[in-house]
Amino acid sequence: MSIDAAQIKQQLLEVYPSKVARKRAGQIVVNRKAEGQEVPEILSNVRTLPGIISQRGCCYAGCKGVVLGPTRDIVNITHGPIGCGFYSWLTRRNQTRPPTPEDENFMTYCFSTDMQEEQIVFGGEKKLRQAIQEAYDLFHPKAIGVFSTCPVGLIGDDVHSVTADMKEKLGINVFGFSCEGYKGVSQSAGHHIANNQLFKHVIGRDDKPLPGKFRINMLGEYNIGGDAFLIEDLLERCGITLCATFSGNSTVGAFERAHGADLNCVMCHRSINYVADMIQKKYGIPWIKVNLLSADATAKSLRRIAQYFDDPELSERTEQVIQQEMVAVVKAQREIRPRCEGKLAMLFVGGSRAHHYQFLFAEIGMRTVAAGYEFGHRDDYEGRRVLPTIKIDADSRNIEELRVEPDPEKYQPRLDADRRAALSASADMELNDYRGMMPDMEHGTLVIDDISHHEMERLLEIYRPAVFCAGIKEKYAVQKFGIPCKQLHSYDYGGPYAAFQGAINFYREIDRMVNTQVWSFIQPPWEKHAGPTLEATYVRE
Amino acid sequence: MLLRHTPPELAERQALTVNPAKTCQPIGAMYAALGIHNCLPHSHGSQGCCAYHRSTLTRHYKEPIMAATSAFTEGASVFGGQANLLQAITNIFTIYDPDVIAVHTTCLSETIGDDIPQIVSKARDEGKIPPGKRVIHCNTPSYVGSHVTGFSNMVKAMVDYFAESPKGPSAGTTPGRAVNVIPGWVEPGDTREIKRLAGEFGIESIVFPDTSDVLDAPQTGKAQFYPKGGVAVEELARTAASRATVCLGPTASEAAARQLYTKFKIPLESLELPIGLRATDRFVNTLRHLARSPVPASVAAERGRLMDMVTDMHQYLYQVRVALWGDPDQLVSLAGFLADLDMRPVYVVTGTPGKQFEKRLETALAGRVPEAKFRQGPGADMFLMHQWIKNEKVDLLIGNTYGKYIARDEGVPLVRHGFPILDRVGHSYFPTVGYRGAMRLLEMILSALMDKKDRDSPEESFELVM
Repeated sequence: MSIDAAQIKQQLLEVYPSKVARKRAGQIVVNRKAEGQEVPEILSNVRTLPGIISQRGCCYAGCKGVVLGPTRDIVNITHGPIGCGFYSWLTRRNQTRPPTPEDENFMTYCFSTDMQEEQIVFGGEKKLRQAIQEAYDLFHPKAIGVFSTCPVGLIGDDVHSVTADMKEKLGINVFGFSCEGYKGVSQSAGHHIANNQLFKHVIGRDDKPLPGKFRINMLGEYNIGGDAFLIEDLLERCGITLCATFSGNSTVGAFERAHGADLNCVMCHRSINYVADMIQKKYGIPWIKVNLLSADATAKSLRRIAQYFDDPELSERTEQVIQQEMVAVVKAQREIRPRCEGKLAMLFVGGSRAHHYQFLFAEIGMRTVAAGYEFGHRDDYEGRRVLPTIKIDADSRNIEELRVEPDPEKYQPRLDADRRAALSASADMELNDYRGMMPDMEHGTLVIDDISHHEMERLLEIYRPAVFCAGIKEKYAVQKFGIPCKQLHSYDYGGPYAAFQGAINFYREIDRMVNTQVWSFIQPPWEKHAGPTLEATYVRE
Repeated sequence: MLLRHTPPELAERQALTVNPAKTCQPIGAMYAALGIHNCLPHSHGSQGCCAYHRSTLTRHYKEPIMAATSAFTEGASVFGGQANLLQAITNIFTIYDPDVIAVHTTCLSETIGDDIPQIVSKARDEGKIPPGKRVIHCNTPSYVGSHVTGFSNMVKAMVDYFAESPKGPSAGTTPGRAVNVIPGWVEPGDTREIKRLAGEFGIESIVFPDTSDVLDAPQTGKAQFYPKGGVAVEELARTAASRATVCLGPTASEAAARQLYTKFKIPLESLELPIGLRATDRFVNTLRHLARSPVPASVAAERGRLMDMVTDMHQYLYQVRVALWGDPDQLVSLAGFLADLDMRPVYVVTGTPGKQFEKRLETALAGRVPEAKFRQGPGADMFLMHQWIKNEKVDLLIGNTYGKYIARDEGVPLVRHGFPILDRVGHSYFPTVGYRGAMRLLEMILSALMDKKDRDSPEESFELVM
């Protein structure tokens, strides 16, 4: 299939008013890959223009829904009118598994101050204080988080002073998030705010020594559809101790002890890289980029962890696990690949999934011809090397950037200078680094940031991809084109797709989607044959 | 246990809502606006509101939900959203070319105090609204009422903006032939059924909003940004010349009907939603009067089939205790229907406030369920209802998908009805209004009860035959 991506870009822009077209032109990039050259620059993490139908949500959604939502033993109270709490109630399929029936799990609950007009006029602090008290009296949780919605910022409720008071009064950890929906330009601002508060109020509170020889934290893994369960099992079999996952299947207690680990592994760079960086600065724990989506990337990531710890026994055990797992993976690939080979995929989702899932498609021979993030930044596209050149605009400047110093007592560098230099130089390692999505995409493919509904429709018409990956808002719109859509936010009640077993699940799911006969029945038989020809004659007995 | 922290001991709460039985106004306004042909709903607030509403509506209807947003950032929140809305209007008409943009507000733009009519008139003065195109609005502060309030406000806005006094020589002297029917917040399949029933009587109806053929559009492989359904602007204009308005479900529909009466003196008949036997009887009776004709044999036969099912199956329904939650209009009719069947709707909860709810429920129950507990408004939540259930069990739950946690924990069967239903299909296609809808409801209730009986009965009493 030969499609000129540059020409398609022009087609996508045609309908736009000039102001919109100018901006979108910077956010739609034809990927360029040439020896010794960097990938092109893409405009991202900028405002969505009013009136454009976008995939994006808000700061609150990123803060409450993504980072703290999957933590089971904290009572998360939404401070605002009822909607925001209601819409973020259990809708992301973050699974959690309390070890016993007595262990806490508040994720099935929705807590809200259900702000009324009276609070908008006279302030909501009193009601918030009372709500925290009632939550404490009813549930006695170890922590309470308070999430601010749009009007809270406007009416000037001081959420942080209320939470500080209540923390003192109740003797449990109570803290707030100023994650009003209008902050930043997407969910991304909310991730940053959540990272900051986690770092300030939770991480490092408990110095109890952690067990295990090779201790890691997994950052940016949210246990959609049970991904984290597979990852936990895999790491355990390699002999790696998982101290805390931020934040799939997680607890506040594990966060508090996370600074006792010796390595942070970052899955979703966008949502959690701030925590990784701040932990490094304060406690001396380095981070590496990992990807546990696709068999190949999972094997590479496990090897990275083993390489970091530099222990022959760990390396051997890791290789054994990889070898064991690959038997079923290779068998599944051999079966499925011939049926999927050469088919086209598009991925427009999240802040790292659009990158990671391309590896899964590649393993069954499918080509990703267009991809983009909903709320990514340039470093997610082009790699962290561009960080110093990113211009900070007004929307980003409003999000607090914590100044972090090494902790006078707890800072303990895990790597000496030589070892650090060696690991940094290793081609297989991304130490404190992420190389971004675009270097992994083919030359001439389309990279589109914050894709609009209009652009999505044109792409579907022009390319007719075999499968389109996005979220719930796009799903049925895509399918009305006669093209299957896979939700990569929630997996459509499917999954898990992480690690080796998950990769097999994903191959099978995509095989089902791109090879099923059901789509071929959409056109009625009487429309397939033009003309009024009769196909049968009546026979009278 | 999924809701393991819910204690049976009741404690009065003043500030904390847990597991709400409502959501906020704007989503209702968005849903209503989708029932206008060639209309793009527009959320004047930060983009998260629009994303959340689209997501929830999509999960419920399993259909594309198209809507735009003013995408407020911090700047807009300080200086007001005028520039955002003006830009949105230009972009929407250029890119998505609707006949109507239906703007609703959010808690953000309401707290700021944006004046939508002023902004829209500025857009008109600046030539941003192409000839023949319309921008309508309603105010939907999220901190007042509930999603049903927002729906009601947008339906009223349809009257405010589109209903026009008839022009011409005979204007105002003879009422038109058509009857306005406001079906309330019901499913696309329900609206289709209401239209069919009116059609059975030969009544020419203008039904608004009408989400049939919008949110149950067929799969053809050819996507249509604006599906063929929805009430046309010209039809809405003619509502001012109709001979009557029938509004179904006072919470969702009466405001618009009253507006038609106030502005154009269109007589109105306000009925409960025609869910169940006797609420449908009242609707059919109204149609009979409006048509000035007897009830068609086809409709009478539908009623007869329903009654056949009711009388034959009474033994399984008698004294069954039911907890209900959801929206006032649905709850009143459902509770009445259950009581008619000798079932016992013992707990009824809605987060939607409103003065008439308790009175309407009492009318529907007519003293037949003296032990029934109702709760409504802020603080009336599913957590409280679950506590009631823990104190005195029920045999059946009827409500939205969020009831599945209580159902599993307490081992009580759940019939999904209302909004939102996130985890099943069928509700958007197969009506629960009218006699046929009542039969479907009854089938769902009986299947849920019998499945539970089959699952729980000892082997020796496990029966093959009903």
